[in-house]
Amino acid sequence: MRLTRRALAGLLATPALAQAMPAVVVIGGGFGGASCARALRRNGLAVTLVEPNATYTACPFSNAVIAGLRPMERQRFGYDALRAQGITVVHQAATGVDATARRVTLADGSVLAYDRLVLAPGIALRFDALPGYDEAAASVLPHAWQAGAQTELLRSQLEAMEDGGMVVMAIPANPYRCPPGPYERASLIAHYLKTRKPRSKLLVLDAKDVFSKQRLFQAAWAALYPGLLEYVPLSAGGRVTGVDLAAREVVTEFGNHAGAVVNVIPPQRAGEIAGIAGAADRSGWCPIDPGSFESRLLPGMHVIGDAAIAGAMPKSAFAANAQARVCADAIAALLRGTPVPEPRLLNTCYSLVAPGYGISVAGVYRPAEGVLADIPGAGGTSPLDAPASVREAEAVYAEDWFETISADAFG
Amino acid sequence: MRHDPGRLLALLLLAAMPAHAEEAPPGASGCLGCHSPMRTDAAMPSLRGRDPAEVAGALRAFREGTRPATVMDRLARGFTEAESRAIAAWVVR
Repeated sequence: MRLTRRALAGLLATPALAQAMPAVVVIGGGFGGASCARALRRNGLAVTLVEPNATYTACPFSNAVIAGLRPMERQRFGYDALRAQGITVVHQAATGVDATARRVTLADGSVLAYDRLVLAPGIALRFDALPGYDEAAASVLPHAWQAGAQTELLRSQLEAMEDGGMVVMAIPANPYRCPPGPYERASLIAHYLKTRKPRSKLLVLDAKDVFSKQRLFQAAWAALYPGLLEYVPLSAGGRVTGVDLAAREVVTEFGNHAGAVVNVIPPQRAGEIAGIAGAADRSGWCPIDPGSFESRLLPGMHVIGDAAIAGAMPKSAFAANAQARVCADAIAALLRGTPVPEPRLLNTCYSLVAPGYGISVAGVYRPAEGVLADIPGAGGTSPLDAPASVREAEAVYAEDWFETISADAFG
Repeated sequence: MRHDPGRLLALLLLAAMPAHAEEAPPGASGCLGCHSPMRTDAAMPSLRGRDPAEVAGALRAFREGTRPATVMDRLARGFTEAESRAIAAWVVR
């Protein structure tokens, strides 16, 4: 007798068997966690997703919201499609993980047992890293690096600013969520100023000298925003070391810079539960096996997305979604007792430097010497000399990618 | 060890399930990050229902740089001809 997958999945969905099925708990309902929960469920597993918020607010394209190019509503997603698929969605914060007993504790005191746990907690902002920049300061000088109220705050501050005002951005050293994101944001804020407040200026202070898609960004800035966007790298004194909240200034070794609008993107680490669970190392991020995304520190626990140390793979929504599928297949194999196949992963990150002007960086990765490494000869950025038609096509693809990835993660 | 008959049956059934992981050759699931089999109005088209030979041929042309591309040339260079054929066969299903 040969059972079809559908018949088998139907059989497994009966209540008695569903209770007896190996249980997988996923903590975090962003692109990584939601995609992984869905992929695990497609593999026939019993899945519980733990996510405190009923609505997820997406970071990709939130820079377009900040620049007034996109309504905030398009960034918001719910979990109804996951529930319809048979995933148990629990809107609670996870407050504890016992990796030995394989149990997760939730904020209301309830406990979830698991056979395999997936942590997809995204990032936590390090409010201890820049003197003067704590959570209270962020309500005045927004980071907008976790989308939602912070995105709207930065947007409204830019709208309220008088023409002629100074906007200051502070960008951290690596690693952090979305490597090209700060430069896309600088580009789109510059576009907003150029078209709406042309006497204004944008000062971009960076704690590094080298960044993602650098030559493409800098060529676009020279062409589109000359005299408006000033970029100061680490070697020219760009590293922000603190914040003077009362003066609305950021501090560098070479002096302070005041802004009518100040956007501070602080250093980051893996989301809080990763530290609580013991999955993060001293770097603040989570070491993983590059084939299965299982934690190097705690067996039975997997870490995907921004929180993971994924070698050459960037901290991006695309990467989180790709890792989610590979991790789900690895967990299914581990629970079956079959070998975990060696994966190959893809990433493509689009950035907009202006409406209708997109650029990209892509990569193909495989495990090598214990980390996810670039496959030589593959990947790279858009050509520096591409015609406007290619930039237009990449802007269309950027938006198309967002539609696809959000449909895959949230239905 | 827990000895729960229902659980044992569930594990046996799981073991008997056609494995998603075994079906998807390395890298293939990554295609779905852009090429959604669910969307019909996408600029980056669904590959479901395509001729696998046509998809494998497109991957070869992207890899060899003979077909105009934005990112597909950069991605296709990460795979050999044999790997590309396996991906093509999976992604059209």
